[in-house]
Amino acid sequence: MKLTVWTYEGPPHVGAMRVATAMRGLHYVLHAPQGDTYADLLFTMIERRDHRPPVTYTTFEGRDLGEDTAGIFKQTCQDAYDRFKPQAIIVGASCTAELIQDDPGGLAETMDIPVPVIPLELPSYQRKENFGSDETFYQIVKALARPMDRTPEVTVNILGPLALGFRHRDDIEEIKGLLYEMGIGVNVVAPFDATPMDITQLGAAHANILMYPEHAETAARHLERTCGQPYTKTVPIGVAATHEFIAEVAQICGVEPRKDLSRLRQPWWSKSVDSTYLTGKRVFLFGDATHVKAAARIARDEMGFEVVGLGCYNREFARSIRDLAKDFGVTPLITDDYLEVEKAIEDASPEMILGTQMERHIGKRLGIPCAVISAPVHVQDFPARYSPQMGWEGANVIFDTWIHPLVMGLEEHLLAMFREDFEFHDEAGPSHHGGHAPKPSENGGPAPQTAVTHGGPAPQTPRDISGTGNEEVASQAQTEAQSSGSDVMVWLADAERELKKIPFFVRGKARRNTEKFATEQGLQEISLDTLYEAKAHYAR
Amino acid sequence: MNTPAGIPSGTCRDTPVLKERGQREVFCGLTGIIWLHRKMQDAFFLVIGSRTCAHLLQSAAGVMIFAEPRFGTAILEETDLAGMADAHEELDREVARLLSRRPDIKQLFLVGSCPSEVIKLDLTRAAERLTVEHAPHVRVLNYSGSGIETTFTQGEDACLASMVPVLPSIDQRELMLVGALPDVVEDQAVSLLTQMGIGPIRVLPAPRASDTPGVGPNTVFACLQPFLGDTAAALTRRGATMISAPFPFGEEGTTLWLRAIADEFGVDDETFDRVTAAPRARARKAIANASAALQGKTIFFMPDSQLEIPLARFLTRECGMEAIEVGQPFIHKGLVGPDLDLMPAGPTISEGQDVDKQLDRVRAARPDLTVCGLGLANPLEAEGLTTKWAIELVFTPVHFYEQAGDLAGLFSRPIRRRALLKLEAAE
Repeated sequence: MKLTVWTYEGPPHVGAMRVATAMRGLHYVLHAPQGDTYADLLFTMIERRDHRPPVTYTTFEGRDLGEDTAGIFKQTCQDAYDRFKPQAIIVGASCTAELIQDDPGGLAETMDIPVPVIPLELPSYQRKENFGSDETFYQIVKALARPMDRTPEVTVNILGPLALGFRHRDDIEEIKGLLYEMGIGVNVVAPFDATPMDITQLGAAHANILMYPEHAETAARHLERTCGQPYTKTVPIGVAATHEFIAEVAQICGVEPRKDLSRLRQPWWSKSVDSTYLTGKRVFLFGDATHVKAAARIARDEMGFEVVGLGCYNREFARSIRDLAKDFGVTPLITDDYLEVEKAIEDASPEMILGTQMERHIGKRLGIPCAVISAPVHVQDFPARYSPQMGWEGANVIFDTWIHPLVMGLEEHLLAMFREDFEFHDEAGPSHHGGHAPKPSENGGPAPQTAVTHGGPAPQTPRDISGTGNEEVASQAQTEAQSSGSDVMVWLADAERELKKIPFFVRGKARRNTEKFATEQGLQEISLDTLYEAKAHYAR
Repeated sequence: MNTPAGIPSGTCRDTPVLKERGQREVFCGLTGIIWLHRKMQDAFFLVIGSRTCAHLLQSAAGVMIFAEPRFGTAILEETDLAGMADAHEELDREVARLLSRRPDIKQLFLVGSCPSEVIKLDLTRAAERLTVEHAPHVRVLNYSGSGIETTFTQGEDACLASMVPVLPSIDQRELMLVGALPDVVEDQAVSLLTQMGIGPIRVLPAPRASDTPGVGPNTVFACLQPFLGDTAAALTRRGATMISAPFPFGEEGTTLWLRAIADEFGVDDETFDRVTAAPRARARKAIANASAALQGKTIFFMPDSQLEIPLARFLTRECGMEAIEVGQPFIHKGLVGPDLDLMPAGPTISEGQDVDKQLDRVRAARPDLTVCGLGLANPLEAEGLTTKWAIELVFTPVHFYEQAGDLAGLFSRPIRRRALLKLEAAE
């Protein structure tokens, strides 16, 4: 038993749903109690899909347990086939149905369903969502794909994009563009928008592009073994990685590595003078391994940041993250415990977090700006506009996304220059937070509980994940109350006054650094001198 | 009383109920935790369940606002499934760890889930054991929010019912209001009743364990929500008497609900009118404003929150809507009977769900508004149907006079929005 407050990954059958929902002409019959239908709204609400996921649940209840749950499964399976007439069916059990051991795969096999029925074994009590998606896609490929004649022209399959993925929809277009420039055709994209019929044609491609190893590596390996198709190892997120990806594809496919850099702005934006303020910004990275690996490299080599911590939640990729951390000289964090991540971020006190939806909340609590680089994501991470992460446009998008949470270069200068101005003071908050910015308070604030619960349960809907004004202020206040000042450390009046002169967006860090420095020096009081000695100590 | 000519004499109480079973599109009772943990400020809700339960609470409920909400999941792992003794030890360890981290916790609810029920983890025994261990500082209770036993709002019922046996015994006559409402609404109810001279008034659940009401043979109680059947039964077993009335939605529902309590406490008509006249007039005016867009429109309720019957009564009688089907996850006539009595026969009353069949009926009827859960809303919108997600009805203040206009507004907003958007040219 393990206590969890929040979790990065859902159960493995949610991974299977992400595959099924991404595809067309496939249906998933899931042996599960009624509450498990909640998973539908991940797709209809968070991703704003206009169709229900192609999943039929058996919805068994307590009173069915002593009777014939296997019968309910068979009936549901038959009804689902009759109603939806899919090209293929996948069958499986959720965590509860796994315990009652009805064996959906075996039951479906005994039925006369005239399309392929693919059983899934997804051990809920050992594995998680990413395993579920990878294993499901592998089982589908294994059941349906066969070696066959190659297309006369050079073509590849694009593997890995699925429902609820972080910008998968747009990344596909970038990859297609890069391939098009090299004269390489696309045979099948899967699972995204592929039908089971399309899966049977995978063997016709010359190679596979593995977009997201978390979701399709097992299938890519299988195709390499059975169909002799090599697959790409580079994920083209970032400028350098995209160059490498093109080289790799060209080599695998035996074509010229042609590329059109006319739309690529990122390198110049990074070199421009306004980016000087980005120098050595301390960032903390956490998310799925693929995105974290790519982001770490971009942060250091293409943005000029300092990576002060990194980690991933999917243990399957722990080894590669450990290697990466060694390269960056930081301690890797491999965990799916949200509180552990929060602690690590607090300790590292970075100037920015690059993380998931969860880290955005950590950032809010700690008052640290955050940009989202990886699933799990929120409705706002499914933008209406085109917003890829991969390829040249992806590099442009990443530059924008990462610097927007920060106070910009010019703005930083102006804020410092006009600090005493009545309109341009610290409490006005940075412009990019809009009129509802939480005011960073120095002396705590109202106790969070009283502020929050005033008026009873506030309207909270899934749309509301990012919180409303009240909560934001309260959690901010809570943060300040916890992080500002320790019990033993005394700030002398002149030091406190001087601290207030430091722009608010670095004040928290200055306070923490000074206190840390004072502790190391064995000091109980912080004077003006201590403040400046600490500043000199931490000067970079 | 004379029945006016031309109005069918039958009410929805006599309508045969269409009972279906198949796939359901409802939340399980665990989701009640989302509002209960905000209501009971010194309580912690520990789900003993699977990764799915944790994922549900996080993504369906979406209260990712605090770093640490007052709920969590003890995720069962392979080792827990091997042997019972093991699971109990693990539970004790996690509870001890949790309570040492959160000394502010005074009530701990062990919440059963589908997997813990299927493996027959005895949480009642665990709660008793843990109460002894952590007494007097923390009281440990248990209930089931599992999807094989409960749907959505039933979780609150199970939770409140679990509190009833340990309520202190009292003899004095007190009014107990039962159900977790937003504070602002609860205060309005208490204020109206107090102005009529009714008291003392206690509320279950209380915001803090120390304010927990007592119960006894002279207690009379009124439910604030139509899904509190088990709690009502438990209170009756403790000797309390239930006041039966339509639920306080809209001007009419609120008046009838207050009237039933006033009658029980012998409040005279003059006092009742003096207290309610002004807010009644406000409510009527607010409803008239907000319901203009609802007049003559048809509505279809998919089963979700258990509020469907009282809401259908409000929308048909006070907002001029026509109900096509009113579905509830289950129908407790002892609670919603007075609401059914007020609705003329006509709409299909359905219990349970076979979602595909029900969607076929929605598509055939093409109602002006469909009330449904979040999993169905966008797909129906994509088919050109206007929807209202049921979830907001549970989380937002909708009870009593001052919210009657807002309640009508929740239903009219999707219809007004559809009228506002001129997207045809863009499509």
